[in-house]
Amino acid sequence: MIKDDFPILSQQINDKPLIYLDNASTTQKPSSVIEKIEDYYKKTNSNIHRGVHYLSQKSTEEYESSRIKIHKFIGSNSSKEIVFVKGTTEAINLVANSYVKPLLSKGDNVIISQMEHHANIVPWQMITKEKQSEIRIIPMDKNGDLILDKVDELIDKKTKFISVNHVSNTLGTINPIEKLIAKAHDNNIRIMIDGAQAIQHMRVNVKEMNADFYCFSGHKMYGPTGIGILYGKQEILENMQPYQGGGDMIKSVTFEKTIYNDIPNRFEAGTPNIVGAIGLGEAIDFIESITIEKIEKQEMELLDYATKRINSIKDVKIIGNSNKKASVISFVIDDVHPHDIGTIMDKLGIAIRAGHHCTQPIMDFYEIPATARASFAIYNTKEDVDKLVEAIEKTKEVFS
Amino acid sequence: MNDFDDLYMEVILDHNKNPRNKGNIDEHTNHADGHNPLCGDKISLDLIIEDNLVKDIKFTGSGCAISTASSSILTEAIIGKEISEIRHLFEEFHELVTTDKVERNNLGKLSVFEGVKKYPARVKCATLAWHTLIAAIDGNEEVSTE
Repeated sequence: MIKDDFPILSQQINDKPLIYLDNASTTQKPSSVIEKIEDYYKKTNSNIHRGVHYLSQKSTEEYESSRIKIHKFIGSNSSKEIVFVKGTTEAINLVANSYVKPLLSKGDNVIISQMEHHANIVPWQMITKEKQSEIRIIPMDKNGDLILDKVDELIDKKTKFISVNHVSNTLGTINPIEKLIAKAHDNNIRIMIDGAQAIQHMRVNVKEMNADFYCFSGHKMYGPTGIGILYGKQEILENMQPYQGGGDMIKSVTFEKTIYNDIPNRFEAGTPNIVGAIGLGEAIDFIESITIEKIEKQEMELLDYATKRINSIKDVKIIGNSNKKASVISFVIDDVHPHDIGTIMDKLGIAIRAGHHCTQPIMDFYEIPATARASFAIYNTKEDVDKLVEAIEKTKEVFS
Repeated sequence: MNDFDDLYMEVILDHNKNPRNKGNIDEHTNHADGHNPLCGDKISLDLIIEDNLVKDIKFTGSGCAISTASSSILTEAIIGKEISEIRHLFEEFHELVTTDKVERNNLGKLSVFEGVKKYPARVKCATLAWHTLIAAIDGNEEVSTE
C-alpha cells in the first residue's frame, strides 16, 4: 500500500488511527524524501556554487540536477526557466514586483479572479495601490465556475497583467486556463498561473498551455516546506529586474557597479533552500514512480465516491460543484460551525481543515463564515472516505 | 453524555442550541462588537449599566458552539453584578481556559468551559465574548482577537 511509504500516517491521534485529509494545506512526505533530506545533511551538506571542494561540488550538482528534474516534469524549454523560491507566495510576489510593477502606470489594471487565494490577491493590491492602478475581478457563479464571458468586458488597453489559479484551493474547481491564456495573448497581455493546487493532481505542461509564468509549492506535492518553483519564459526572465539583491545573483560587484548574474540565478539571492530543492527533486521522483496520470485517476475515483457519499447525507452541503474538480471537497453542515466540525473530527483522528482557507472573498460570495474541507492525496482510500462520512454523521448527532 | 464531553459538555451544547439573552437592547448604555478573524466569529453586545451594575445584557452574532455558548452563559452570569466583580470574573475565567490553576470560587456554571484549555485553538472562541464585554464596559466599540 502507498500509505506504507508515509511513516507519519501509521500513528495514532487521540487514540485513533490518523486519517489525514488536509492535503490541500500540505501533503505528507514519503520515506524516500525524508531519507534524502537526512542523507544530504549527513553526507553532502555544503554551500553551492563556486566552492572548489568536493562537497560543495556535489551539493551544487544535486541542487542543479533537481532543477533539471523540475524542468522536465513541467515540460519547460530549459532548466534556466526554473527559479527556486520559498513557495507559491514568494513566486507571485516576485513576479508582481519584478515584472508587473515596472509595467504599471496610473489608471492601469491587473486582472485576477474571485476565487483566488489571498496570496494571489494581496501582492496585486500592494503594487496597484502604490502605482495608483486597480485590480479587476473575474466573477464566479454559484457552482464555483469562473464566468468566462465577463473576461472580455474586463480586459481593456489598460490591462497590464492577468494572474489566476489553475485549481481553487477551497472549491476544487479546475479553471479553463487554456482559454484564459489564449484570451490574454489575443490582447498581448502576459499571464501567470498559480498552480499550487494543480501540480500534485494532474499533468502540467507549461509549454503546451503556453503560460508566461507558472508557480507552485513543493510541500503540497510530497516535498519539503520552504521550497517552491517559479517558471517563467526565458525571454521574459532575461529582461526582468532582480527581486532581491545579494550573493549568488551577481556576476561582479564593485561599489560603483554590479553586473547581475544570468537567469535563473539572478532571482536566487543568498544561500537558497538547498536541501529543500533536493528534497523536491526526490518528491518528483516519487510522483513519477507512480505516474501523475495514475495519481489523477485514483484521486478522481475517490473524489467521485466522496462527493456521492457526502451529498447523500441530510443537512450537509458541498460548496463548489464545478463539473471539473480536483480532489478537494469543502462542505458545511446546517447549524454546525465548521470549527466544531474540525474539533469533533480531530477527536476521531481525522485531520481536516476548517476556516476560510485564505479565501475570504469566496466565503463572502457564499455568505458563510467558513467551511470544513477534506482534500485527498495519493495515499487516501475509500475507507478514509467512509470514516469521514461516519464522522460527519457523528458530528450531526452531537449537535442535534 | 456524549463521546466529546470533555469539551462539548451538555450545558454548552444546550446554550449553543438555545442561547439565552439573545437580541438587542435599543436603550443600551454600552455596546461593543467583537470579531475573531480566524474563525469569522462575530458578536455584538448591548448592555445597560447603571450605578456600576449590569442591569441587563443581550447579544447577537454568529459563531461556533463554544463561542455561542460562552456568550450565552456569560450574559446569565453577569446580570446584576458590579463592574469590579465582572473584571475579576473574567480574570478567573481566563485562567480557567488557559491554565491548570484550580481555584475558581466564583465561576459557577462558567466552569463548564474548563475543557477548552486542552484545545489551544479554541481558547479565543471561549474568550471572544469576554473581550467584547470588557471593551463595552470600557467604552471601546470594537475589539478583535487578533
